Amino acid sequence: MLFSLSRVTCYVSRKVNMAFEPKILGIFCNWCSYTGADLAGTTRIKYAPNMRIVRVMCSGRVDPQFILKAFKDGADGVLVAGCHPGDCHYIEGNYKTMGRIPILKQMLTQFGIEPERFRLEWISASEGDRVAEVVNEMTAQVRKLGPLSWKSATDTKDFK
Amino acid sequence: MADKKLKLGVYWGASCGGCDISTLEIAEKILKVIEIADVVLWPCIADIKYDDVKKYPDGFIDVCLWNGGIRNSETREIAELLRKKSKVLVAYGACSSFGGIPSLANLYTKESIFERAYKTTESTDNPDGIYPQTTHTVAEGELHLPEFYGSVYRLKDVVDVDYSMPGCPPTGKQTWNVIEAIATGKLPPKGSVVGVGDKTVCDECPFEKKTEGVRIEKFKRPHLDRPDLTPIPELKNKPQCLLEQGFVCVGSATRSGCEAQCLKANMPCRGCYGPAPDVEDQGAKVLSAIGSLIDTKGDPKRGEEIAAQIVDPVGTFYRFGVANSVLRRAKAPSPL
Repeated sequence: MLFSLSRVTCYVSRKVNMAFEPKILGIFCNWCSYTGADLAGTTRIKYAPNMRIVRVMCSGRVDPQFILKAFKDGADGVLVAGCHPGDCHYIEGNYKTMGRIPILKQMLTQFGIEPERFRLEWISASEGDRVAEVVNEMTAQVRKLGPLSWKSATDTKDFK
Repeated sequence: MADKKLKLGVYWGASCGGCDISTLEIAEKILKVIEIADVVLWPCIADIKYDDVKKYPDGFIDVCLWNGGIRNSETREIAELLRKKSKVLVAYGACSSFGGIPSLANLYTKESIFERAYKTTESTDNPDGIYPQTTHTVAEGELHLPEFYGSVYRLKDVVDVDYSMPGCPPTGKQTWNVIEAIATGKLPPKGSVVGVGDKTVCDECPFEKKTEGVRIEKFKRPHLDRPDLTPIPELKNKPQCLLEQGFVCVGSATRSGCEAQCLKANMPCRGCYGPAPDVEDQGAKVLSAIGSLIDTKGDPKRGEEIAAQIVDPVGTFYRFGVANSVLRRAKAPSPL
């Protein structure tokens, strides 16, 4: 009785319109990409809030297990960001990344995880706008793909 | 324990039978086993029935060596039965420990497997598309078949496992080590992996790696390319590591204990002893090692091209344990 018809309609339509918001994990290297993300922040660039960023010292530290665990534990997308080739603080750390990531991408595809959910980007410390661009782009892409919901999607419900 | 014989059970789930046969690799020591043990269940060699086992008191079987993965409801039910009837249950071999080769089926769905097996294989003639059913009524009554599960599981996914022994199959030496430990009561804490070393296969390998700087620009295949077996003086007179030569060898992420038998036959390791100690996901770790060796020369495109030479990363890096990986199975359906 307290709810007018318009209020009820509003509530229902709000539930129906509750769009899926992707959860994206970002693993950023300390020297370039994380500093770039900081720059995006200090220069108050607005961009999608869907990425949770974890800092590592170098993209070469990124163990493929991190990415697998992220997807298993509910991430809808994962972004690994490192220094541009030639700029790695540890000289060759990102060379190792660029050898590992393509194989990992193929492996994820075999597991049924769409390649658009996993991305490797080179972002320098001065590219705050690039951080915003990549995050916005990837958020839109993953939103279109929908939730990954790894645990429920792979539960073949054989027994419990 | 000298006057009482050990009651030994051996059972197979989703198995090729190789683990049962491999127990003979202990050679003449099999006579010792017969001295100290009585076989109370071993479908491969003896006609003891499920009904006989159901009548055993709980804990009757002193040691049960279970090989094979869990693929259907019968295997699961027998696993639960044998857990009740056994004091010590050992997951013997890669399939019970990690899922094994059968768990490569976790890249497919029950539907796609049935379609391939019963309809589309080239030699199948099944115009009416008949699939096996779990129940079927005939004049004489109802017939039952086990239910085929959607995924392959490890033994520990369905029952509590006391010890696990990796290997496809475990080597004769390790099998004897474990039997001896059981017979003398010198077993490590429950839950341990037994019949293994505590390093990686590299530790037992007859090849030797050079120092930093080696990179791979072309991956070699054992059936197409020959390894270079020249002993190199700087490498303790051993030939160069196969992985450095470009052969995909997963030994660097694989547990030791097998004495690198395959390497001693000049074949790269395929990972049947499962993840190295403290490694959760064997495939990811070996991907990391192999990926870091790619000769990208700082060019991501070059990295992609060389990486593309590995056409089946899951099959290559998780050959013996898709069910043991972080992701466990493909999201149905897998495109490859």
